[in-house]
Amino acid sequence: MTIANDALAPDLGQLPMDRRARRIPVWAWLLVAFMLISFARVVTGSNELDSAGTLREAITAFIPIALAGLAGLWSERAGVVNIGLEGMMILGTIGAGYFGTFYGPWQAVIAAMVFGAVGGALHALATVVFGVDHIVSGVAINIMAVGVAAFLADLWFSGLQGGGPTQSPPVEGPASINLTGVSDWAKTVEDKHWFAVSDLASVVGALTHDLSLLTVVSVLLVLATYLILWKTSFGLRLRSCGESPGAAETLGVNVYRYKIYAVLVSGAIAGLAGGFIVLVGAGLYQNGITNGRGYIGLAAMIFGNWRPGGMLLGAALFGYTDALQLRAGGGAVHALLIVIAIVLLVYGIFQLRKGARVAGIVTVVAAVLFALWFFLTKEVPADFTRMTPYVATLFVLAFSAQRLRMPAADGLRYRRGEAG
Amino acid sequence: MLKRIVIGAAAPVLAIVIAMVITIVILLMSGNSVSGFMSTIFSAPGPRNVVNIINNSSVLYLSALAAAIGFRMNLFNIGVEGQYRVAVFAAAAFAGQGWLPGPLNVAVAFVVAILSGALWAAIAGVLKVTRGVSEVISTIMLNAIAVSLTAYLLRKWGHVVGNSLQTKAVPKDSWVPGLDVIPGAPNEVLGLTLVAVLAGVAYWVLLNRSRFGFELRATGSSATAAVASGIDVRRMVVTAMIISGGIAALVGLPLLFGDTHSYGTTFQSGLGFAGIAVALLGRNNPVGIAFGSLLFAFLVEQSSLLEINAGISNDIVSITQGVLVLSVVVAYEIVRRYRQAAEQRSVAEQLAPVDTKQEVAA
Repeated sequence: MTIANDALAPDLGQLPMDRRARRIPVWAWLLVAFMLISFARVVTGSNELDSAGTLREAITAFIPIALAGLAGLWSERAGVVNIGLEGMMILGTIGAGYFGTFYGPWQAVIAAMVFGAVGGALHALATVVFGVDHIVSGVAINIMAVGVAAFLADLWFSGLQGGGPTQSPPVEGPASINLTGVSDWAKTVEDKHWFAVSDLASVVGALTHDLSLLTVVSVLLVLATYLILWKTSFGLRLRSCGESPGAAETLGVNVYRYKIYAVLVSGAIAGLAGGFIVLVGAGLYQNGITNGRGYIGLAAMIFGNWRPGGMLLGAALFGYTDALQLRAGGGAVHALLIVIAIVLLVYGIFQLRKGARVAGIVTVVAAVLFALWFFLTKEVPADFTRMTPYVATLFVLAFSAQRLRMPAADGLRYRRGEAG
Repeated sequence: MLKRIVIGAAAPVLAIVIAMVITIVILLMSGNSVSGFMSTIFSAPGPRNVVNIINNSSVLYLSALAAAIGFRMNLFNIGVEGQYRVAVFAAAAFAGQGWLPGPLNVAVAFVVAILSGALWAAIAGVLKVTRGVSEVISTIMLNAIAVSLTAYLLRKWGHVVGNSLQTKAVPKDSWVPGLDVIPGAPNEVLGLTLVAVLAGVAYWVLLNRSRFGFELRATGSSATAAVASGIDVRRMVVTAMIISGGIAALVGLPLLFGDTHSYGTTFQSGLGFAGIAVALLGRNNPVGIAFGSLLFAFLVEQSSLLEINAGISNDIVSITQGVLVLSVVVAYEIVRRYRQAAEQRSVAEQLAPVDTKQEVAA
């Protein structure tokens, strides 16, 4: 993103030659994670690790991060780095807060997207029209958005019953799906605490009780993004603007226009993420309610190698750790330590077998340290659990650097006529 | 000559005009009184306000310097917030113990703070060069981790004072006296504001008069050219982050030794992000940053009266600040394009054939 990556390429060791044959599909990772967590639950007796309640909370935490990652993906695939996602999310939260208070939930959703798109329009104006550095523009938009939201909240919500200068009265969210028969049955199976079967029942329970329609919309958006960007000619042209705008221009693509579209869509989706936090997550608007999730979404996007599937996996990881520390606190996070230790141990052995000595030893030592931490303590202090999503983000980014490749012209300033 | 001054000043002036216009538009759209806003903001600050402005601007200046060193290297150190928090906690914890007498305590606490801040920043730097993790995200994550980490350490080792947790208070002989320079002011300018001036001079000398500074600016402008000159880019990145973290560490020290005398849950936060805005506003230039920090501190100080005098929420000023940052970069771009076009025009005029009837020889 910043300094030319080729001048700074980390020492990667050996890259596997036949990457296609060895690429592990997303569902396989999910299965492995599922088994590991189930195992940890049975071994430690910490049932909150994947109870239906925790999983519901995880979904509520995961969707805004996934939407933020999706927004980042739209923008970066067209070559515009969007650090201002956090700001666009904040704009979405205030839009949803206002329209949710005075109108209805779905008006609030539309408003959130429009407010976010305004932020996107500003970013597009600065970066595409004026050629400003993308990160500087993003940082400026974040600063502005915080001020705008605080100002508007004070303007709109002071003096309202249940509200105040920094928060809105409670807002009604969109309807949720409730298949009570299925979820009740799932609860009985979950309470039996059987390995893997009960965990599957928790998943079913989480998906059939109190599942917001907005969650369904969001998942459909991710699917739609994949189809649009990878299966249509519009998407191909958009992605070409991010890989080689010069080549795209020679083929007659109006690069400016595609970048502007992409950043507008990016802003709208980020606004939707903010709207979700207000309408479904918290039930009201509060200053600072986004709490850095825009950046975590960016991290999810990077972790997913700028593809929707991987991004979902990253967002799920961060959402899960966020929910775990919120809901279950020290005991459940403690149980997670042994999961991390096992994962690190396996990865360390894998690295050693590949021949990466130093990295392998570091990883195995880390695994041992985590295992020691697990065995020597009973629970993780509250302050440390609050760090979990951020530490998880750092760890995940640090470990997954090898196979990541950003769009080739991402973050580069483009002026028409520069091709050739 | 006059033309050069006009062009040089055009961008900042244009930026201020744009920011003012947008602020006025927002005020009008929200039904607030523009005249009330203008009269409050542009009223002459009282002596107490002047002291506050000087204190705040010097702290902002340090924060902006820290960010600016990173920006010159094309590194976005958004982690100033976390770095100064960790550093001021370390300094407060050390100085509070009072193992050393008076001024020596302060001096060593400075070193402790700088090392802590540098270490915190180095984490992001090392992650960037060894694993390619974007420093934007890693520094932001480290900010959040720093908040939780210092909270945890405060819980373990802090004392309850009133309704907040504080580190052990710094002994009286380590308190840095204030400077009573503004007549008629009940409060004093913090003694350690001089640190800001020294840091600014050191920054300028380092970047413009030393080989290291040259290498840093070269790497920031073009990493590939730097590599071709034999500069070790990776070492530069980590070094730049360490220096940035070290300067960030100084941000909390004037307040610690001159005012609060301990670090606690109520210690001033948000200085990191404001510093980034000022660095962007000042274009990473020490004089520009000085003006920028004075301007920001002035706006913030005057805005505290907005609610009382004009019934306007003082968040409007943070909007103005954000708009200023963006409009400065846009304004510089506009002025640059104008200059480029003007240059091209003048070159074309000079190269145009004098007598258009003359045939060009084949």
